[in-house]
Amino acid sequence: MLADHLVILPILVPMLAALLQLLPWGERPQYYRRIIGLVSSSLTLLVAILLLLAVHDEIQVYALGSWQAPFGIVLVADKLSALMVLLTAVLALPVLIYACHGEDNLGSHFQALFQFQVLGIMGAFLTGDLFNLFVFFEILLISSYALLMHGGGKAKLRATLHYVVLNLTGSALFLISLGVLYGITGTLNMADMAEKVAQLRGDEAAIVRAGGLLLFIVFALKAALLPMYFWLPQAYSNTTGTVAALFAIMTKVGIYAIVRVFTMIFGADAGEAALLGYSWLWWLGLFTILLGALGVLGSRDIRLVVAYLVLISVGTMLTTLSLGHSDAISALLFYLVHSTLITGALFLLVDMIAVQRGKTASRIVKGRKMAQHNLLGALFFIAAIAVIGIPPLSGFVSKLFILEAARTGAQVAWLWPIILAATFLMIIALSRAGSRMFWHTLDGKPNDVTHPKWQHGAVALLLLGAVGLTVFAQPMASLTDGVAKQLTAPQHYISTVLRNGGGND
Amino acid sequence: METLYAITVGTLTACSVFLILRGRSFPIVIGITMLSYAVNLFLFSTGRLVINEIPIVGASENTTDPLPQALVLTAIVIGFAMTAYSIILAVRVRGEIGSDEVNDYNYAEQEGQR
Repeated sequence: MLADHLVILPILVPMLAALLQLLPWGERPQYYRRIIGLVSSSLTLLVAILLLLAVHDEIQVYALGSWQAPFGIVLVADKLSALMVLLTAVLALPVLIYACHGEDNLGSHFQALFQFQVLGIMGAFLTGDLFNLFVFFEILLISSYALLMHGGGKAKLRATLHYVVLNLTGSALFLISLGVLYGITGTLNMADMAEKVAQLRGDEAAIVRAGGLLLFIVFALKAALLPMYFWLPQAYSNTTGTVAALFAIMTKVGIYAIVRVFTMIFGADAGEAALLGYSWLWWLGLFTILLGALGVLGSRDIRLVVAYLVLISVGTMLTTLSLGHSDAISALLFYLVHSTLITGALFLLVDMIAVQRGKTASRIVKGRKMAQHNLLGALFFIAAIAVIGIPPLSGFVSKLFILEAARTGAQVAWLWPIILAATFLMIIALSRAGSRMFWHTLDGKPNDVTHPKWQHGAVALLLLGAVGLTVFAQPMASLTDGVAKQLTAPQHYISTVLRNGGGND
Repeated sequence: METLYAITVGTLTACSVFLILRGRSFPIVIGITMLSYAVNLFLFSTGRLVINEIPIVGASENTTDPLPQALVLTAIVIGFAMTAYSIILAVRVRGEIGSDEVNDYNYAEQEGQR
């Protein structure tokens, strides 16, 4: 019986947990809230694994309230959704373990907000309805507004204000584009809209193209593509480590939405609206990589360096998407999994480094020795190798896939030099940061702030993901190949949703 | 009616964009509120403007589309909550930083931060 409702469980579990956590829990509320949170995140992880196994053979469609597909809202779990849900769950558990050692006490209701955030992200990955996607975007944004301020302080407040204003404007644009698309196609179900858009001609197709590009702008804002990325470095570098680590998946929500909408609704088969925005993606993605690399090189703060690393990964993924063919999408997804885990680990690690260094905090300057100097140094070394993409870790493997995906001469001529140059700049910046913080230390007694081994464990778990991706690169690549095949042939998704939608009773 | 409606939505949007591009938090909050009004009106019109009809197919010649009304309702609720949140946030920022300038570059120098 529960297996029938598997698709909605990744949304329900965090929601119920968050509601439970909001109850008054007596003398030691945080203790109970932590237990609920950890149990919920473990359950979500379990459910996500089951979901990935369940969608291996067929796409799962869950009609909410048993309303038939184009009229009611459906949740759709295909391979891409299941992969993203699993990735979120894998990221959320270590981050929560890390947060349970003190950082959740910096402000009220961290635990509940964390679960709401996970709920919004899971919902955005699972929904098959564009307006529902907007609603889940709002859920994850509202909790992210509060989480971004977690801990308080002037810098955080200012960054949050920028973030909130930008995203509110983005939400308004999202609604306008939904209105345009609904006005022409008369539907909000993504599968149904894909069918309707493919048949449009003339003026109507032009209006839908405008609506689609508006949608592209909104998703690019969430993903932090070139003209809309300026909020990201400030927001990510000012907030606490756990929140930044959880936000490693937030830009990926934007990328997921771009991948989903622009392969299905505006994909190759979309008639006059086919391949909308792909030429923009190519150039904007390339320039995002370049500017991100320059930002990495120019930052004097290690948190800012990691924030710019996020930007490079966004640029890399969207450039790869614009290549369009199935191998490119497969490479993109491999890189997405890798970069989410690694940036999550890096944000947590940098947070520990900043705390242990004491007064110099996260600035890349000569400072006192840290209490757990060697351990942190080793973790940083592994994480840096993985994120830069030097052999042997997963960064190298995923970059190799991406470079392989460039087929024509022009693509190779642009993509290879820019990605390799960005890699080179990352090597310089990270080795400089590492040597400053770990080797050029002041003489004398080290600081005495230490972290419990669970927090190191959380970082190590995420880094283990990178090692796992390297060791099991072949099965992982075949999984992403399967996802990419499903994405490049959206007819199967469309027919499953429209013909079988509502068949869950 | 369509022309009047379009002019209203357009004017609201233009004013809100002007306000959002200002450098102080109060006009920006007002601008965002106005933009959400414009968006709600626009969403309402996507089901085509029909007067005095019921939303049941077959009951009369012309029907009105019930879905945009549901969408607008959702958008109003979310927009309302977000307006409240952004006002509180703007007040907090004004209180803690002592200025409602959104991009006060002097502030960062005074504090000696990056």
